[in-house]
Amino acid sequence: MPRRYRWLVPYLFLIPGGLWLLAFFVVPMLVMASVSLQTGSLGTGYALTWNFGVYPEMIQQWAPQFARSLFYAIVVTVLTVAIGYPMAYTIAFRGGRYKNVLLLLVILPFFTAYIIRTLAWKLILADNGFVLGSLKDFGILDDAFRLIATPVAVISGLTYNFLPFMVLPLYVALEKIDPRLIEAATDLYASRLQAFLRVTLPLSMPGVFAGSLLTFIPAIGDFINSEILGSRDTTMIGQVIQRLFLNNNAYPEAAALGFMLMAAVLGLIFVYARAVGADELTRG
Amino acid sequence: MTAVTAPARTPAGIEPPPERRPPLGARLASLVLPVFTGLAVFYLFLPIAVMIVFSFNDPSGRQNITWQGFTFQNYLDIWGRPDITGPMVNAIVVAVAATLIATILGTLIGIALTRYDFRGRNGLNLLIFIPMATPEIIMGASLLSLFVSFGVQRDLTTIIIAHVMFNISYVVVTVRARIAGFNRSLEEAAMDLGADEWQTFRRVTFPLIFPGILAAALLAFALSIDDYVITSFVAGRSITFPLWVFGVSRLGVPPEVNVLGTLIFLVAIAFIAVQIWSQRRSIRAPATP
Repeated sequence: MPRRYRWLVPYLFLIPGGLWLLAFFVVPMLVMASVSLQTGSLGTGYALTWNFGVYPEMIQQWAPQFARSLFYAIVVTVLTVAIGYPMAYTIAFRGGRYKNVLLLLVILPFFTAYIIRTLAWKLILADNGFVLGSLKDFGILDDAFRLIATPVAVISGLTYNFLPFMVLPLYVALEKIDPRLIEAATDLYASRLQAFLRVTLPLSMPGVFAGSLLTFIPAIGDFINSEILGSRDTTMIGQVIQRLFLNNNAYPEAAALGFMLMAAVLGLIFVYARAVGADELTRG
Repeated sequence: MTAVTAPARTPAGIEPPPERRPPLGARLASLVLPVFTGLAVFYLFLPIAVMIVFSFNDPSGRQNITWQGFTFQNYLDIWGRPDITGPMVNAIVVAVAATLIATILGTLIGIALTRYDFRGRNGLNLLIFIPMATPEIIMGASLLSLFVSFGVQRDLTTIIIAHVMFNISYVVVTVRARIAGFNRSLEEAAMDLGADEWQTFRRVTFPLIFPGILAAALLAFALSIDDYVITSFVAGRSITFPLWVFGVSRLGVPPEVNVLGTLIFLVAIAFIAVQIWSQRRSIRAPATP
């Protein structure tokens, strides 16, 4: 290629993929924004009427489901840190030659289909399944005790399904830490707890940040777990959006809800990135 | 790590204390983390074990929740059921097509981002990052808005379009990590030895980043074949495997679902085994061209 056209090369490389993302990610978002401001019905057709009223209306109608999704997603993120951090720590610092095997064990269960994993939990948590059923037969649990169709079931399903998204970035961050830094801290008379709190924990924060995003984002929009393991009292915002779109054909309402969820997620990520001071993560 | 290197960890000049067993409390405390991790791994495998065991169950009705008896029949039955094999074939067709397209487009972007300086880099980075930060339900909903507004017929093609879209970002990130990690002087050496740009790419750069491209393709395939949320919005009347599973699960989970889950699991394990084996081999014989 002649030298004066050299500046074109990177554009040739990125244009096909860039256009694909523009056409099927950015444009659909704009269309969804426009759909949310339309009025009409499937029979008579829709027209753009700049009906901003749909937004407050939707917030009013679905606030409980919104709040519930936010609450579940936060609880799930905290639980995955609580379970995932000790795991990642053990693998990174105590794994020795078995590090890779242990990491593989963490990922392996996730090579089955997402829905099938969740259905297996339905089996485990079932009222008269082999776990609760046996416990009830032995009189350990009351006959009325149940897990399925409760928030506990939905939250444990979400926690299970997103745990590896927490463990892997945590492991990457912990593995990078130079053990000599921790030794230096203990040499300088820090207790092991102090060394952990003042050296290891701060250095692993990028992993906590990345892991929280990878857990929180899919959790807040999820509807599989609540659909399979939950009940009407655990309905999450994702289920509402899906039903309005696919069953009720209430496109403007569903689009408005989707748009608000998107704005909420981006807003929370922004605030969280500021709080943790990890905005270099988005720059790559 | 061997016992010879271990004493080096104590500060220089201070002899390690004479052999004395640490107090019981400390020994118990040092067990807490490994035991916790063991329990967590058990937790991770519990549903997998349940899935495999119940794939051999012989339930009387549609409900496959209590153990009734052992049978192999479930494994023999599924192949003659077009309602199961059809969605499976659809899912594979979609995943292969989406993986090919997304891997090519994403790799090109990855190369552009690491190898060239150009205007609009930050914008492109944002365009790559935001789809990964968007809940799937929103991507599905917005694509449905697009297809409905423009009157596009929804079928396997629209599923492939959607899967390529959400896979591109993951491919870019994976490939970029690989390119960023390798030594540029290798390319410069090739150029110094008289290779032109294309030869350098084909003989040096591409072989070096190929493992990254392969990893990206595997990730894209795994994400695509398992996707339910976005697919449910853009599928129209066509059914892929996750859609089929979700559909039948509403009436009680038949053992066929467990059979297919087990088979997918075994295929994945076989893939990993082959990869580990080929890695071992390439480490043992590094210099052979």
